[in-house]
Amino acid sequence: MAGTDVSAHWVRPHIEPSWLARLFDWKPFLIFICMLPAAGLLLVFLTYPLGLGIWLAFTDTTIGRSGVWIGLENFEYMMGDRLFWQAVFYSVFYTAVATIGKFALGLWLALLLNNHLPFKSMLRAIILLPWIVPTVLSAIAFWWIYDAQFSIISYVVVDVLGWRDTYFDFLGSAWPARWSLIAANIWRGIPFVAITLLAGLQTISPSLYEAALLDGSTGWQRFRYITFPLLLPILAIVMTFSIIFTFTDFQLVYAITRGGPVNSTHLLATLAFQRGIPGGNLGEGAAIAVSMIPFLVFATLFSYFALARRKWQQGESND
Amino acid sequence: MANIITRRDSLKLIGGAAAASTFAAQAAAQAIPKGDAMAPKMPIEKGASLRILRPARFVEPDEVIFRANTAKFAKEMGIDVRVDFVGWEDIRQQTAVSSNTGAGPDVVLGWAEDPHVYADKVMELSDVAEYLGKKYGGWSFLGEKYGKKVGTNNWIGIPFGGSTGPIAYRKSAVKAAGFDKIPNDLGEFLKLCQALKKANKPAGFALGNAVGDGNGFANWLVWSHGGYLVDEAGKVAINSKETIAALKYLKDLYPSFIPGTLSWGDVSNNRAYAAQEIWLTANGVSLYFAVKKDPATAAIAEDTDHAPMPFGVVGKAPQSSLILNAMVFKHTKFPNAAKAYITYMMEAEQYDPWLTGCLGYWSHTLRAYGKSKVWESDPKLAVYRDGTENQFWSGYKGPISHAAGTVAAEYIMVQMCASVAAGQATPEEAVREAERRTRRYYR
Repeated sequence: MAGTDVSAHWVRPHIEPSWLARLFDWKPFLIFICMLPAAGLLLVFLTYPLGLGIWLAFTDTTIGRSGVWIGLENFEYMMGDRLFWQAVFYSVFYTAVATIGKFALGLWLALLLNNHLPFKSMLRAIILLPWIVPTVLSAIAFWWIYDAQFSIISYVVVDVLGWRDTYFDFLGSAWPARWSLIAANIWRGIPFVAITLLAGLQTISPSLYEAALLDGSTGWQRFRYITFPLLLPILAIVMTFSIIFTFTDFQLVYAITRGGPVNSTHLLATLAFQRGIPGGNLGEGAAIAVSMIPFLVFATLFSYFALARRKWQQGESND
Repeated sequence: MANIITRRDSLKLIGGAAAASTFAAQAAAQAIPKGDAMAPKMPIEKGASLRILRPARFVEPDEVIFRANTAKFAKEMGIDVRVDFVGWEDIRQQTAVSSNTGAGPDVVLGWAEDPHVYADKVMELSDVAEYLGKKYGGWSFLGEKYGKKVGTNNWIGIPFGGSTGPIAYRKSAVKAAGFDKIPNDLGEFLKLCQALKKANKPAGFALGNAVGDGNGFANWLVWSHGGYLVDEAGKVAINSKETIAALKYLKDLYPSFIPGTLSWGDVSNNRAYAAQEIWLTANGVSLYFAVKKDPATAAIAEDTDHAPMPFGVVGKAPQSSLILNAMVFKHTKFPNAAKAYITYMMEAEQYDPWLTGCLGYWSHTLRAYGKSKVWESDPKLAVYRDGTENQFWSGYKGPISHAAGTVAAEYIMVQMCASVAAGQATPEEAVREAERRTRRYYR
């Protein structure tokens, strides 16, 4: 009788874990499950809109009418469109000049703030103000500052000081308008650069400076051989962010000039909006927006490779 | 057409209006001559409710009185009516989405071309339009133009009103320049502007990306020289010797403007006029009322008058009106209620207080309202009274279409003028560029 044998040699019955428990013990599945929420969010809120934007660029969709696939027609039209090339030029120019300006002034400000000053933390908080104020508000402030009739600058120079007879026409012709916008962008971008670089500066050990002082270094040498190399890693990442923010800037330009006068200050972002939403040609607007991608990919790759370099990450001497 | 009637001003107005409201309004409404007409039978559906979509107000009474009229309708008919106000730049997109998804508001008071763009999605409103036309002395030129489907007698929109922007000028300055009124001859008008400039009291017209004022000026310039964007068949016809003549004229005219007009938006000329920086411009009625209501600028208002835009070679005022056009989508579940609502809002008891409260901001489209008290209240308003009788429209001379709206939204005409004024392009180059861009939308 088999039954008695079994009861004599009792062993702890091996309970098969349910399929569910086994599934959850299986590592690949567990990893998949844990990644799912993040992946879902990325898919729904990043990949889908991006993919939709790219798809739209190849259709003739207008607002309220779904379009048909037209291949590269939008891009062909853009290639022959003077306004588009003007926008490409100004986007690159705007980004380059504004970034240089922001970094020169931001670094200088960071160096100043790194000294021991009275009310140090208070000063640092104040410096952040232009960054904290919503862009549209500061844009409206600049809009008044640059107004053709009611500019405070014109008022001071003409009516108070009497240095000029006529008011400045900041936004009335192409180049003054372009420079005015760049100035506004620099003003707004300095705090971000200054505060992040300041954080970088504070990680530099004071003993390095003491050693350099003992060796009789000049201020310039200390900056060139200690501050700058040690600041490079953070400089690289801040620079990348700044380039991306500046290149995709929209609010300042749209609120101050709407791309005028005669389209001379359109950035790719504002032109894409103008064509897509008020103009109603979603497909064409999307094509312009898509054409920004190569520029942004370049900026991202730059940061990726630059940041992956150990020398940049850890300083020159730490091979 | 921007305006700066302040909140306080309009509150005073409304306060005044409210105090006298019922009696005065009814008395005024009775002054509107009415023809004999039977309202079409529109039994309101059981359990009906309506959603209305319209552009945001620019003058406060526009919203307040509109809401009050709607509430009155809802109460009398015993149904729910909700009105949503959306920004001027967004309503066209919302109309488009609503028409294509077959959901959303039952009645849309949208922009001029919209019922024509969605002609197969909107209900025919001929019964309402014919009844209103018969009762209130017929429809004005633009009222009919934008109400009827092209080439038919079928009404697909009910134009509620139109906003127009004639010349506003300082009488003293024009007189000092040697003119009694605004000349209709283009050469004389140029002389006037040059004389104003010499007297340091310059004129100013928006040449920046200003939806209302910029397009208004650019259209005037081209139309007054006999040019037009597209021909009757909708073929692009901007590249003509008339347009080039207009741009050459602008090259002479532009130096007489105050500096900075290339960067002007819709509000710039209002501000500059109130600050006595410019002495002649073109604008909606809002400019005049803003200076009239503010005691600090009352003297400016006293010295202000209006005139149609100079006729040029066409013999009539080359200006149009931004039409507020009501449509009912076929997807509404309560077509009778929707039609009854539109009819109700256009009746004298409701329409006249609205017209009066808005100070004629939306010029009426039914001719009998020319007798409204608002037009007698100030003789300087006369030119706005016939705002929707102008014989020009956006995208003149073409059929009413989506493309016309896009050309305005893309500032194609404005930028053609601005590039010549700025000296960036010769008239010939500017016209070719405008032609190239326009062709893309009229294909």
